[in-house]
Amino acid sequence: MKVLVCVKQTFDTEAKIELKDGKISDAGINLIINPYDEVAVEGAIQLKEKGIAKEVVVLSAGADKAMDAIRTALAMGADRGILVKQDTAADEYQRAVALAAAIKDENPDLILAGHVAADDGSSQVPTRIAEILGLPHVNVITNIEIADGKAVCTSEADGGTQVTEVSIPAVISSQVSWNEPRYPSMKGIMQAKKKPVATIDAVAADAKSTIVEFSLPPAKTAGVKIEEDPDVAAAKLGDWMKNTVKVEVK
Amino acid sequence: MAGTWVFVEQRDGNVRKVTYEMISKAKTFGDEVSAVVFGKGVEGLAADFAKYGADKVYVVEGDVFANYNTGAFVAQIAAMIQEYNPNAILFAHTFNGRDFASRLAQKLEAGLATDVIDAEISAGKGVFTRAIYAGKALAKVEITTSPILATVRAGVFEVVEGAGAGEVVKPAVAATDADVYQTVKSFEPTVSARPELTEADVVVSGGRGCKGPEGIKIVEELADLLGAAVGGSRAAIDSGWLGHELQVGQTGKVVNPNLYIAAGISGAIQHLAGMSSSKFIAAINTDPEAPIFNVADFGVVGDLFKVVPLLCEELKK
Ligand SMILES: Cc1cc2nc3c(=O)[nH]c(=O)nc-3n(C[C@H](O)[C@H](O)[C@H](O)COP(=O)(O)OP(=O)(O)OC[C@H]3O[C@@H](n4cnc5c(N)ncnc54)[C@H](O)[C@@H]3O)c2cc1C
Ligand SMILES: Nc1ncnc2c1ncn2[C@@H]1O[C@H](COP(=O)(O)O)[C@@H](O)[C@H]1O
Repeated sequence: MKVLVCVKQTFDTEAKIELKDGKISDAGINLIINPYDEVAVEGAIQLKEKGIAKEVVVLSAGADKAMDAIRTALAMGADRGILVKQDTAADEYQRAVALAAAIKDENPDLILAGHVAADDGSSQVPTRIAEILGLPHVNVITNIEIADGKAVCTSEADGGTQVTEVSIPAVISSQVSWNEPRYPSMKGIMQAKKKPVATIDAVAADAKSTIVEFSLPPAKTAGVKIEEDPDVAAAKLGDWMKNTVKVEVK
Repeated sequence: MAGTWVFVEQRDGNVRKVTYEMISKAKTFGDEVSAVVFGKGVEGLAADFAKYGADKVYVVEGDVFANYNTGAFVAQIAAMIQEYNPNAILFAHTFNGRDFASRLAQKLEAGLATDVIDAEISAGKGVFTRAIYAGKALAKVEITTSPILATVRAGVFEVVEGAGAGEVVKPAVAATDADVYQTVKSFEPTVSARPELTEADVVVSGGRGCKGPEGIKIVEELADLLGAAVGGSRAAIDSGWLGHELQVGQTGKVVNPNLYIAAGISGAIQHLAGMSSSKFIAAINTDPEAPIFNVADFGVVGDLFKVVPLLCEELKK
């Protein structure tokens, strides 16, 4: 079985966000694999270790810099990579179209992705890819079992835990609680340098949405902070809750 | 153009509050507002939507709609879009809502703004505000593809009552079992007597500072005194002290209560992403430098094991 994993390169989650010329500035920002995608890479490697997957291919659409994200996934244990050169400002539709075209050429048995990108927070691209390819999809999974041409996935749904079965090929997106991604070993990092990465151009498509303005949220002003004996502190906090917030006590 | 549609988020006839929030917001666009409900035995809900101002209620009943499944829901709504031509459709930004909206958007080759916290819709144009980079920045997104599609964050729009005609419309059923490509093998509901996280007026959350189930119990006692939902940081969830559905933050739920109380939570950016837009925030933490104090309206530097039980006593007075 061939497993393909979509990895997006994103800002380090700790990065301070600043605007420059009305756009989000990436100057001096450390770039990482989207944490949800890192989990998907780990999931794919574990499928390989269990003998279920034969090959793990990582696919990323973005600037030349996204090669680093691919190399990191290769160092974790993926076999080869594909970089689709695309403007990082591409919208969800453009990204889905470009990724789906590359996936179609690869014809994998399973497509894994993160369920959301930590930067744009869209949660759209994997489901869009599934629609383009005419494949079933399941989102926000915390476990997957593959057998008899089917994937049985456990998801964090609203109000409970859902188990969904789909035929494969399918597009499956991961939640971070699925697994704990490994750190690449020194050996892995050395080997990653020799693993093949193909570079292709993105299929052209028109954007379907436009960001017309970026801004920073109004800075939240810190309120009062008290450091007193527990009974005094509790009384003051209780007073604030009753009189300012106006909570109801059952 | 037949106004704004609000897709009703419900399970077994229990409607999520975000549905009413969306109807109330849609009313401000000045155009006709319709609720769209798919399910089995859901017609009785129509009056409910009229109460919040729905002019029309599209009711689609059938076995294939009994539980959410992407294939049948997309096939059905796509046929209805063809027939009735809505200007815009709003979905809840939930597990099901974002799944539905994303697949529909791609089928229509349309734009979609997800997890929106503000919306302005006019004929043929939607302008939406979204939080990006875990809430560290905001983006205004414009959508002009038809219909205008968005998923809406729970808890940001106020519910306003307003009588609507609530005229029931029964569109032709266009989906069949052949459209279903996901088989739900099981659904294990989380049972809790407490309100749902994203719908609660007050949320009390515990973090690693609770040190274990005993500390969580203290947090729960405060929550029950306030009729609040209980939440947790990822550290508390990963330690197994609370169920995964109670995680607040980027990976978990985004909450917008009137009051959020963080006990023993440091305030990492991924946690703030899920609660910093709460109206009031209180924090109890032993570390005066904890970043949670930067967003707290009322911070107590202290031991939650001491302060919280005393606070409960105080509130009971
Ligand atoms: C991709 C990604 C996604 C993530 N998503 C989320 C998410 O959705 N939600 C989330 O919460 N985190 C998330 N995290 C994790 C996040 O970065 C933090 O690790 C986590 O929020 C820390 O939880 P905490 O504040 O409970 O623990 P800690 O950071 O360990 O803080 C514990 C706090 O308790 C205080 N304390 C200790 N003892 C006491 C006492 N007796 N009384 C009072 N205070 C006490 C300490 O001073 C400290 O500030 C994510 C991380 C990543 C990388
Ligand atoms: N440019 C990209 N390259 C590779 N994968 C992507 C890209 N954009 C999105 N994805 C995948 O789609 C998931 C959800 O992204 P989004 O819809 O942007 O929130 C990510 O976690 C990735 O797995």
